[in-house]
Amino acid sequence: MIGAVAIGLVAGVVAGLLGVGGGVLFVPGLVLFLGLGQHAAEATSLLAIVPVAVVGTYRQDRYGNVNRRDALLVGVLSLLGAAGGVVLANAVTGALLRDAFAALTLLVAAQLVRGTLQEKGSDGRNHSEA
Amino acid sequence: MQLAADRTFNRTLRLMAIGTMAGLFSGLFGVGGGSVIVPLLILWLGYDERVATSTALAAIVFIAAFGAATQGLYGNVHVRDALLVGAPAVLGVLLGTRLQQSLKGPVIARLFAAVLVVSAIELILR
Repeated sequence: MIGAVAIGLVAGVVAGLLGVGGGVLFVPGLVLFLGLGQHAAEATSLLAIVPVAVVGTYRQDRYGNVNRRDALLVGVLSLLGAAGGVVLANAVTGALLRDAFAALTLLVAAQLVRGTLQEKGSDGRNHSEA
Repeated sequence: MQLAADRTFNRTLRLMAIGTMAGLFSGLFGVGGGSVIVPLLILWLGYDERVATSTALAAIVFIAAFGAATQGLYGNVHVRDALLVGAPAVLGVLLGTRLQQSLKGPVIARLFAAVLVVSAIELILR
């Protein structure tokens, strides 16, 4: 129980720092400390993410960091994608797809680090396009 | 003028692609869309790191709320357990967003890359 509270706190800090929901930590936390199965943990994690994302968005909006129009567009289209993802998950074997996505994730991580090495802008901004 | 319109169109198409991919990823693997949205906003649209993370959080509200509601219909959501991790996480996100304001963009990008590596490993091991 204390472990669950602690991992929740850490997940929240990571969510605020990096703009992710915190599911990366919620899911293992719910499995390890509260004994949920993988499936229930993923579902429960989604509910836990909602207030975190709402409060985080509110705070960042106060700092003037949220592009509301883009967020709306990405958020609404994600719902269509998610529906497609659930259908796809039931239609294909997961293992290969999962490893492919993991590889893609590593590639994106490398690109991000490369970007920070190339751009030495003193204001820390990314000048590539916008 | 034509060029500006093309740019806006191109930008909108990219945002639509990011949203669809984030949703697919989240629907397939039960991860939040953030790990897809943040890097693509930075790499594809030239977003500032801080604005990318903030805008992603706002988009995640939609994805997580919809996902939780759908899973709730199947009876998979444990509300008490969600509160147990979610309540301290709300406190955490207040700390995290505050802390982030003093970090430089490239530092945020590198921390993000580290989290991506962890989530890739988690995907493979699952």
